[in-house]
Amino acid sequence: MDLDSLYQEIILDHYRSPHHAGLRDPFEAEVHHVNPTCGDEVTLRVHLEDTPAGTVVRDVSYDAEGCSISQASASVMADLVIGQDLDVALSKHEAFLTLMQGKGQVEPDEDVLEDGIAFAGVAKFPARVKCALLSWMAFKDAALQVRAQGEPA
Amino acid sequence: MNGLLPDLDVIRKDFPILERVLDGGHRLVYLDSANTSQKPQVVIDAMVDHLERHNANISRAMHQLGAESTEAFEAARDTVARFLNAPSRDEVIFTKNATEALNLVARTFPLGPGDRVVITEMEHHSNIVPWQLATERSGAELRWFGLTDDGELDLSNIDELLVPGTKVVALTWVSNMLGTINPVAEIARRAHEIGAVVVLDASQAAPQLPVDVQAVDADFVVFTGHKVTGPTGIGVLWGKAELLNALPPFLGGGEMIATVTMEKSTWAPIPSKFEAGTPPITEAIGLGAAIEYISHVGLDAIHAHEQAITGYLLEGLATVGGVRVLGPLDASKRGGAVAFELAGVHPHDIAQLLDSRGIAVRAGHHCAKPAHKRFGVQASTRASSYLYTTPAEIDALIDGLEYTKNYFKV
Repeated sequence: MDLDSLYQEIILDHYRSPHHAGLRDPFEAEVHHVNPTCGDEVTLRVHLEDTPAGTVVRDVSYDAEGCSISQASASVMADLVIGQDLDVALSKHEAFLTLMQGKGQVEPDEDVLEDGIAFAGVAKFPARVKCALLSWMAFKDAALQVRAQGEPA
Repeated sequence: MNGLLPDLDVIRKDFPILERVLDGGHRLVYLDSANTSQKPQVVIDAMVDHLERHNANISRAMHQLGAESTEAFEAARDTVARFLNAPSRDEVIFTKNATEALNLVARTFPLGPGDRVVITEMEHHSNIVPWQLATERSGAELRWFGLTDDGELDLSNIDELLVPGTKVVALTWVSNMLGTINPVAEIARRAHEIGAVVVLDASQAAPQLPVDVQAVDADFVVFTGHKVTGPTGIGVLWGKAELLNALPPFLGGGEMIATVTMEKSTWAPIPSKFEAGTPPITEAIGLGAAIEYISHVGLDAIHAHEQAITGYLLEGLATVGGVRVLGPLDASKRGGAVAFELAGVHPHDIAQLLDSRGIAVRAGHHCAKPAHKRFGVQASTRASSYLYTTPAEIDALIDGLEYTKNYFKV
């Protein structure tokens, strides 16, 4: 079992010093997601803004409780999507999901996922895939809720 | 070390999986027996022999195999009845697990507005959720015993909780998270004074303590097969005959009836009344073999072994800086499951690191979220031993925790 492929230094760095942590205003949607098998939880807020060029993810803030993989994943996710066009952010979600569900067979694209490629090793540990996906799923849920509300105004 | 099973080496040879070598060449160190126990060869053989030589449906098949199968299945019921010191074999109902057994009682026990059900904050979800459903459905009130900081039941408000109108007191004999052994006989006595019935979840008790339903004067006792070295898919509900006779059926179907017309049916006597459909026959036979096995070793001897190992585990954990044990620190007050926190490392990560060294523990909330919340933790790591656990395996765990701390630099 290759522990170091799971616990990449980048992951441990994000775990020790998570980026964008904490809940902030303003936001248009807040969601609470749990991993029922282990009890990991995340509360996550999304702030979107309509611009002439499209909808932009202005902020993602979160309060996450969980293991190193789930905490680091929230930090990397926030890094990746904040400031992005919403469609680009959702495509990064899609790319990360594909990587996680790839059983270690998917080659990640560093241009798309940046630090997120460090999670490639997680895909080989089925019990941990849900940890890595928790905050990403919360982000997608919250973003789509905002979109469904017809917001932002 | 006092209390260890004298023929531990021989016992370990009964469990073929303990020879398993895992990734990286690590010999399995199985410390997750409170989750599910490993199975001795005699249980595996009993199930295989049944399938190879005697397989047939029970009670309905008019042929030699049917008779053999029925006899083996009913012999398992006799074994369970002896194991529990049940007054009658007919009081032993086979279910698919302890959860189904608890749901059977919670579903069928008559409750209404003004009635009260009392549970505890240390219950497994399977002894919380069915009672939430039952009280919501019936309009009865759900109350619970809290816990002391030491992880024992807080009985200081027992007079306020157990009042007339309380119909059911449901609690675990041994906590799956805190390890606490509860004073179930005393609580049963108090419950009976006000006319309540007592439902005991013996899922963690049955593997490691003598469970005598008459000695503790319980009304219902449940346990599951897979934690007593038996297979999954089989559990037991024991209940006092007069109570079981008074309850309506749980599931309807074949073999639970006396007669069926298109308008109406009447019920078979217990235990058949509560065993609708073809039961898990092979699993019941496996459970019978498992109980014969642990009874042969002796529950008093297993209990002494568990206490010795648990005491050694608690001593070992005390040497690891940053460890906080949840539940009683006195091994004599607890069963062989020890949940703990390690400062700075999440339980998932601890379990992952230990697994990389072949050590299997459980990480998470162990289906006891309220008990975790009571102690202000979201998740914990749990090491749980059984009759095959050695002191050397506890040493491996303690080494593994030091390795974990080093890996995560805490």
